[in-house]
Amino acid sequence: MPGSPIEPAAGRRRSGAKRGWTFALVAPLLLFLAIGFLAPVLLMMARGVTDHELATAWPLTAEALREWDGRGLPDDGLARILGTEMRASRQAATLNLVANRLNYDRVGSRSLVYATAAAIEEGAPAESVADLARIDPRWGEPAQWATMRHAAGPLTSFYLLASVDRRLNADGRIERVEPEQAVFVEILLRTFKISAVVALLCALLGYPVAYLLASLPARWANPLLILVLLPFWTSALVRTTAWVVLLQTEGVLNNLLLDVGLIEAPLALVYNRIGVYIAMTHVLLPFLVLPLYGVMKSIPAAEMRAASSLGATPAAAFLKVYFPQTVPGLAAGMIIVFTLALGYYITPALVGGGGDQMLSGSIAFYTNQTLNWGMAAALSLLLLLPLALMLFAGRYLVRTVPA
Amino acid sequence: MTGLRRLLAWLALPAALIGLTGCSGESEPRPLTVVGWGGSSQEAHRRAYWQSFTRATGIRLQEDTWHGGVGVIRTKVLGGDTSWDVVQVETEDLILGCEEGLFEPLEWSSLGGRDAFIPTAVHDCGVGAMLWSYLIGWDGDRIEGPGPRTWADFWDVERFPGRRGMRRTPKYTLEFALMADGVPASQVYPTLRTPAGIDRAFRKLDALKPNVVWWSSISQVPDLLGSGEVAMSVTSPGRLIVANRTEGRNFRVSWDGNIYAVDYWVILSNSPRKAEAAQLLRHMTLPENQMRLPQYIPTGLTSRRAGELIDPRLRLDTPSDPNNMTNALELDANFWVEYGDQLTQRFNAWLAH
Repeated sequence: MPGSPIEPAAGRRRSGAKRGWTFALVAPLLLFLAIGFLAPVLLMMARGVTDHELATAWPLTAEALREWDGRGLPDDGLARILGTEMRASRQAATLNLVANRLNYDRVGSRSLVYATAAAIEEGAPAESVADLARIDPRWGEPAQWATMRHAAGPLTSFYLLASVDRRLNADGRIERVEPEQAVFVEILLRTFKISAVVALLCALLGYPVAYLLASLPARWANPLLILVLLPFWTSALVRTTAWVVLLQTEGVLNNLLLDVGLIEAPLALVYNRIGVYIAMTHVLLPFLVLPLYGVMKSIPAAEMRAASSLGATPAAAFLKVYFPQTVPGLAAGMIIVFTLALGYYITPALVGGGGDQMLSGSIAFYTNQTLNWGMAAALSLLLLLPLALMLFAGRYLVRTVPA
Repeated sequence: MTGLRRLLAWLALPAALIGLTGCSGESEPRPLTVVGWGGSSQEAHRRAYWQSFTRATGIRLQEDTWHGGVGVIRTKVLGGDTSWDVVQVETEDLILGCEEGLFEPLEWSSLGGRDAFIPTAVHDCGVGAMLWSYLIGWDGDRIEGPGPRTWADFWDVERFPGRRGMRRTPKYTLEFALMADGVPASQVYPTLRTPAGIDRAFRKLDALKPNVVWWSSISQVPDLLGSGEVAMSVTSPGRLIVANRTEGRNFRVSWDGNIYAVDYWVILSNSPRKAEAAQLLRHMTLPENQMRLPQYIPTGLTSRRAGELIDPRLRLDTPSDPNNMTNALELDANFWVEYGDQLTQRFNAWLAH
C-alpha cells in the first residue's frame, strides 16, 4: 500500500510523484467532465430553484414585492413602481420574461401583462392599485399579487412544488393543485415502475442468454455475441417501428395466433403498456447481457465440477456456487438497464398509450415546446434524486456480495 | 491498485485528446444552412426552391432537419452554436422565439412588402412558408361510400365503427372536441378561454376516449390507417395525398371543420450569413417560385399573387381552395402559448385515468 507507515521515505516520495503524474493524465478528462457535463447540468438544475425573470425585467418592483408582507393587496407605492417599470420594459422588449413566468403560475397572466402594459403606454393612469384594477379587474385580486410575490426571487419553491403537484396559495401555505391538474407524481411513479419491470424482464430473458454465451466455446459464442449486439446498429426509431408492424391488430403476431387458432380475436399488444414493456426490453437487453457475460466468463468451470464431485445436485451447485458469483454482474446490468430506462420517452411515445408516457416526455415538452426551463429543471431534479439514492443502494448491494 | 490507476491513465489520454480537438474545430466555413421538417415536405422545398436557388445565385446550400420546439433554437443561441441560418418554425415557436430575440426581424420591403402576402403569413420575425391543416382522414378501401364528413361523424362510433387516431396533445384535440359538440368554429377559442368551455371539451373527449389510439408523430398516420389499426384519424392531408400519388393508396380526407395554420421561415439572430439567408427568403417567397411548390406537396400558398396564378387543379387538395374552408378554424397560437402548460398537464392527467 502506498503511504503505509512501514514504507521507506524514498518509496513514499516516488509513489507521490507517480500519483501526481497519474493525476496529471486524468486531469484533462476531469476538466472536460467538469466543463462539459457538471457545469451545464448544475446551471440547468439551478433554474429549478431560482427566479430571475421578474427581477431582471422589473428590478424595483421585485425589491418592493420582497419587502411587502404579502397580505391582501399591496399599497399604491408598489403599484406606481410596477406601472413605471411595465412601461419601461415594454419599450425595452423584456415584457415577455415576466409575462411568461407569471403565466406558469397563474394562467392568463401573460395576456394580462401585455394588455396592461399596452394600456399604460397609451396613457391609462397607473398610480394606484385601483388604477390598475380599472385597466383589468384581476389587479384587484390578492391572488394575482401573491403570484407576483412568489416570482420576485431570488430563490423560489414554485417549480419544485409544482413538480410534486403542490403550490403556494395566496396565504403562503402549501396546498395540492386541483385533482384534474395533478399529474407529475403519478408520472414519476409510473416511470419508476416501467423501468423496474423492464429491468426485471431483461434479467429474466438475459440471464439464460448470458449463461449460454459464457458456456459455449469461443467459435460459437462470438457470432452469438454479435447477434446480441446487432440491435445497437439499428436506429431506435426503426426498431420501435418494427415492433409496431409485428404487434399491431392486423400485425404479424396476431395474424399468426389467429391462423393457428390460439386466439379468437386479435390481442391488444401495442399502443398500451404491454407494447412499452416489449419494445423497451428489446432495446435495453444488451446492456444486461454484456456485464453479466463478463462476470460469468470469469467464473472457472472447475468450480461447478468440484461442487458436483462433492455431491451437490446440479440445481444446488448452481444456486450455491454459481449464482451468488453472478449477482454483481446481474446487479450491475439491472442498474444500467433501470437507469437508462428512466430516461426513455420516444419509445413509450411511439408504442405506448395515453397512460404510459414517462417523465422525460414532460421534461422534453417544457424544454422544447414552451421554454418553461424552470419546470424542466425541477422535473429533472425529481428524476435525479431517487436515482442518486438508487446508485448508492446499488454500490452497497454489489459490495456486500462475496467475491 | 496500481494496475487500475495505470489503466485509468491510459483511458484518460484519448479522452483528453478528443476533448481538445472538440474545442478547436469550430472556425471551418460552412455553407448557408436551411433547416426543414424532413420527409415529403423537405423534399418538396428542395425541388421547388433550393435547387433553383443554388443555380440562380451560385450560393451553396446545406440542409438539416428538425422536429420543431423553439427550445432547440434557444439552446443553440445561448450556447453560441451558429450552425443554422434559416429554419422553418411553427407559430408558437415563432411567437416565443421572436419575443426572446432568437430570430432576426425581417426587412419586409425586400420581400415585396407585407401586402404581398396573406395576412396570417406576415410576422415581424417570420414570413409564411406553407399553409397546412389538420382534418379527418380515412382509407377509402376500408370505409366505403361517402365516409365521415364532420367532427360529429368522427365521434359517431356506431355509424362508423372502429378506432380513431388522434394526436397526443391537447392542441387540436380540444378544438375538435368542441366542434364535435356543436360549437361553431368562430366560438371555439372564446369557449376554450372559459373554465366551463375546457370542462365541456374534456367531457366530449370522455365519450370517445375508449376508442382512441393516440399518435405522437404525423408519420405514424399513413401506417395506422393503412393497417386498419384505426378506422379514421386526425391527419394533415399532405402525407396521405402523397401516398395516394406514389403508392397507389386510396386515402380520403374531409375538410369540413379543419384547423389550419401557417409555418414560417425565420433567420436565426446569431446566423453568420444573414445577407445570404435574406436572399434565400426572397427566393422562396417570389410568386413564380412559390407556384412550383404544390406540384410536389399539396399545400396552401402564402403569396397572394401565387395563389391567384396557380393552376386550380393544384389547389384542390389544399387550404387555398375556398371549397375546403367550410367551418375551417385558424389555429390560435396565442391561445396555446398562454394555455399550453396548463392544458397539457390536465390532458396528460386525463389520459391516464
